[in-house]
Amino acid sequence: QIRLSSNGSYKQIQKVLIANRGEIACRVMRTAKRLGIETIAVYSDADEKALHTKTADKAYRIGEASPLKSYLKMDTILEVALKSGAHAVHPGYGFLSENPEFADLCQKNDIIFMGPPAQAIRDMGMKNTAKKIMIDAKVPVIEGYNGSNQDPQYLFEEAKRIGYPLMIKAVRGGGGKGMRIAWKEKDFFESLESAKSESQKSFGDSDMIMEKFVERPRHVEVQVFGDKWDNYVYLWERDCSLQRRHQKVIEEAPAPLLSMETRHRLGKAACDAARAVNYEGAGTVEFIMDPKGDFYFMEMNTRLQVEHPISELICGIDLVEWQFKVAQGEKIPIKQEDLKINGHAIEARVYAEDSAAGFMPTAGLLEHLSFPTNARVDSGVVQGDSVTVFYDPMIAKVIVHGADRTEAINRLDNALNNTHIGGLCNNVSFVRKCLTHPEFVAGNVYTDFIADHEKELLGKDDKPSMDVVAEGVIGQLLVRSSNVDPSKGPFYANDYFRLNHAPNKNVSGLNNASIQVKIEKDNRYKFEYDGQNVEAVVTNVEYEEENVVRFDIELDKKRWRSKAVQLKDSVAIYGIEHREWSAPREKCYDDEAASDASLEARSPMPGVIEKVLVKPGEKVSNGQPLIVMMAMKMEYSVRAKADCIIKSINCEAGQNVTKNAILVKFEENQD
Amino acid sequence: SILRSQIHTNHKIENYETQKWPILDSKINTESVEFETNAMEMKKVVDNLHTTIAGIIGGNGTESNNRKKQIKLHLRRGKLLARDRVEGLLDHSTAFLELSQLAGYQLYGNENIPAGGILTGIGAISGRQCMIMANDATVKGGTYLPITIKKYLRAQEIARECHLPCIYLVDSGGANLTSQADVFADRDHIGRLFYNIANMSGMGIPQIAVVMGSCTAGGAYVPAMADTSIIVRKTGTIFLGGPPLVKAATGEEISAEELGGADLHCAVSGVTDYYAQNDEHALSQARNIVATLGEKAPQTYAPEYPIEEPIYPAKELYGIVGTNVTKPFDIRDVIARFVDGSRFDEFKKRYGETLICGFARLYGRRVGIIGNNGVLFNESSMKGAHFIEICCQRKIPLIFLQNITGFMVGKDAEAGGIAKNGAKMVTAVSCANVPKITLIVGGSFGAGNYGMCGRAYSPRFVFMWPNARISLMGGEQAANVLSQIAQERRLREGKEWTAEEDEKLKKPIEERYEREGHPYFASARLWDDGVIDPCDTRRILGLAIQAACNKPIEKTDFGVFRM
Repeated sequence: QIRLSSNGSYKQIQKVLIANRGEIACRVMRTAKRLGIETIAVYSDADEKALHTKTADKAYRIGEASPLKSYLKMDTILEVALKSGAHAVHPGYGFLSENPEFADLCQKNDIIFMGPPAQAIRDMGMKNTAKKIMIDAKVPVIEGYNGSNQDPQYLFEEAKRIGYPLMIKAVRGGGGKGMRIAWKEKDFFESLESAKSESQKSFGDSDMIMEKFVERPRHVEVQVFGDKWDNYVYLWERDCSLQRRHQKVIEEAPAPLLSMETRHRLGKAACDAARAVNYEGAGTVEFIMDPKGDFYFMEMNTRLQVEHPISELICGIDLVEWQFKVAQGEKIPIKQEDLKINGHAIEARVYAEDSAAGFMPTAGLLEHLSFPTNARVDSGVVQGDSVTVFYDPMIAKVIVHGADRTEAINRLDNALNNTHIGGLCNNVSFVRKCLTHPEFVAGNVYTDFIADHEKELLGKDDKPSMDVVAEGVIGQLLVRSSNVDPSKGPFYANDYFRLNHAPNKNVSGLNNASIQVKIEKDNRYKFEYDGQNVEAVVTNVEYEEENVVRFDIELDKKRWRSKAVQLKDSVAIYGIEHREWSAPREKCYDDEAASDASLEARSPMPGVIEKVLVKPGEKVSNGQPLIVMMAMKMEYSVRAKADCIIKSINCEAGQNVTKNAILVKFEENQD
Repeated sequence: SILRSQIHTNHKIENYETQKWPILDSKINTESVEFETNAMEMKKVVDNLHTTIAGIIGGNGTESNNRKKQIKLHLRRGKLLARDRVEGLLDHSTAFLELSQLAGYQLYGNENIPAGGILTGIGAISGRQCMIMANDATVKGGTYLPITIKKYLRAQEIARECHLPCIYLVDSGGANLTSQADVFADRDHIGRLFYNIANMSGMGIPQIAVVMGSCTAGGAYVPAMADTSIIVRKTGTIFLGGPPLVKAATGEEISAEELGGADLHCAVSGVTDYYAQNDEHALSQARNIVATLGEKAPQTYAPEYPIEEPIYPAKELYGIVGTNVTKPFDIRDVIARFVDGSRFDEFKKRYGETLICGFARLYGRRVGIIGNNGVLFNESSMKGAHFIEICCQRKIPLIFLQNITGFMVGKDAEAGGIAKNGAKMVTAVSCANVPKITLIVGGSFGAGNYGMCGRAYSPRFVFMWPNARISLMGGEQAANVLSQIAQERRLREGKEWTAEEDEKLKKPIEERYEREGHPYFASARLWDDGVIDPCDTRRILGLAIQAACNKPIEKTDFGVFRM
């Protein structure tokens, strides 16, 4: 059956090992299954119940949670590939996907590595080599100077060659210090002098490097595909300018506001780049683009990328299917001239992160998770799974396709509104704010977009609208009674019946305040907010599962549907807004802590105890660090809240602790 | 996923044969002047009821200054108000059938005793229906006045008859010292409380006490005799003699907390079983304890049929009934507005037409309904006795709708044996061992009250509409009888009886009967369990039946019927 050959001829793939996890592993398996290819997964201890492990036809345990001890172990993975009889290995993205040794190792063992040849990975992996190859291939690159000759006149000549505007920056620079932009030739010497003197003062050194300065740059990348028969096609470009912390948030295809002529130029340049390294399979050539539409090569990603689905949607193809075909030695199934742009696609990356706190990743249990039905959602988790500290905190990619960009934006906004994540801080609301920002809607995207519009995108709204408060207040009340069954008789009719009066119930309000709600006959809820009397009527209450309720609210002649979910510590509302209201499912009373809760220190987030700095019986002073823990790759000190004596230490170094675990107990200092 | 519409539930009507009980034809002309006048008058008395209850509940600024001060003090101690304690105990969104809200209303002259100083009622806790009794420490320090005890004992009586677990939220200074003669020594005084706790516990009805304030002297026996008890640290104390008494007796100086606080009773004396951080914690512990009882009392009479709303609006009751008790109305028009699907299977429709008997369903349970459409004649009395016997045989709960001036008098009636036929009905009512619920919708006068299961016949619950009147006879009749006697005496003396004299005699009698026949007067003295808005009839009767059905229905042994 199998036509064997190690270079360039056919070998049918009937069994594939996916050397990855999460959404990409699931994504690859989806196509493999459709093509009738048996799927083999590998999983770490942390992933034994993960979706990719469950989805695969067979799964092999490969080690501990840390990627170094599992998903990055080449030998172990190869061993699994051989043992399971896999014909090919799909590396996904990240992990071993751009590791030339692994590609070599596979080839040596006669297993197809579903990526480019190792040499192409190597060439593109080294920035300098890649740049040289690109210059030779006449792919535009950012010009610059990085030499030891620091003679100002010599630098001036170099600057002429590079062109203006020009960035002059200190070799040892950082944080914007010792950096100047020379907008025109006549500014050169002044800028150079000023940069040098600042650098001298700050770093004791004044050596400079120079680079072409790209104003308001956009991140535009081209999806390319190559086969073993020297065919290359470009599947148009993607704009991935919306980034925070150098990670993409929103990606779209095609890039907005580009002429077809520019698009073809981009595509051709990308194919030239791929051809220059004898590329095979799916790859992405990244460019930096200035407002005029001039672009420069940045790097090539020699793998299938996270945002590949948007290219699939506008081209109407399955890139993973192509990967299988090309890996088997087949030719690219479509010719360049037949690849048309169909509409517009946008992808949002939904992360477990605290966007407002510097996009800090978060980890924890996905207590509630439901995805929109009117969008493509690529995800590797389901409700009840956890986002762990070991891997990427991406929860899902929500991808939509529209006839044009406006339609796509509206669809994605709607889809994100129906992306309900409960119990884990996430960026859904932030992404929606980006998406609906007038500048984004107008297509004015560039890499500093988020930083420049931080206020509008991340600003706290301290005063939500009356509607938002109403759905929060009512949702909290309704969700509590999800297990009350009216068919059991009039005591359980779910309407708070009281004799000759209406009861008051307290629910959580804003900023730890509580709101008193009067529940009157016919499901009338009355409360006061912001000095106004609010009266809302509730209808069409539907309990979907335990702790999930959907309901209609009518307030001030406006009517809408909302959803409330009871989580462990809060009630999540998905209606006009996504918002969590502090309201624990069960209130915990610590019988032991008869005295005040201030006499204990708890972990602020899940993490690992790094160091214990104190001993029981020790006197400590207010603010003194007691425990050092690592959480979300950050070091965090747990400190004493008052002058007191350590009563007991309830943790030890190396121990994993959950959020709110008691770490240290104190005693009041009697003297 | 379970898809369940929970509000305004439209249950699917399955094809039960019994579903074919006829729907009552009860179309009312809601445009008539009479209807509108009636509706307006009834609305006035219902509004008055709601305003009066709002004043009793408080929290709306209508409290007396003294009570405001008491409430402030109570809250400053970190304690929840009695009503909030009850709210915190109940299952979310479930109903609470509060009892005797008007207890003590204008009972002690100018002294205000809101709700008699104790909240009682039936509510669902951890799925189980329980009797909750909560002292209101903001009323006379939670001390026991005669009416407080009467209300307390009544709640225990209901709990015993319905097999409802009892939750005592205790916060009381003990007996009110100034009323000692009326609270201490008699059978139905404070001692009976503890007697009941012991005996109910013996019957297997769980007794749970939560000490959320002081429990002094006799009060100490509530937690001490309960099956399970909880105490709140810092606010809960239990002792036979408080610090002042101890000091007087032994000279020992000791704080209340040291003498009988949570630390002592949970760790040393063993008087209490659970230690609570605060009121909320205590309530959550109480809920946990109830959860250990299981969700259902054994052998409860569960709903047999899907629940169906009546087809006629309850609001129309206002216009049908009005407030003039002398104006007749068809009781079927009332029945049509509270039973499931407005369906009623009438028994002996053409015989003894002044007493309406028949079967209906209420929230899916079968009930027998007996209502008045006039005075009781020989035939109607025998029909009533017959119907009660049937319900007892079939173990169907009974609902009495009282609007009755009495049994028929006069030569024909007496000759026809109204005394023995009335006696048949009274015997049947007395002995009937099925749950009986009485609702007074109009007049409740004389022996009619007895034949229609008045308070003395131990119905599980008695409720009144605010338009109703209850007395030995109507004020006018009483005045007429007395005037007749006076006139006759005067005639025997050969003197004249003037119209002015007649007026002077009658007026105070009529006024007195009107005052003492008023539902608030009755409710203040616990002659009933509450005054209700006619619109809530279906709900209240439904709750009462459901609560009553916690106890298995027993066999009835009737006394001798004089034939």
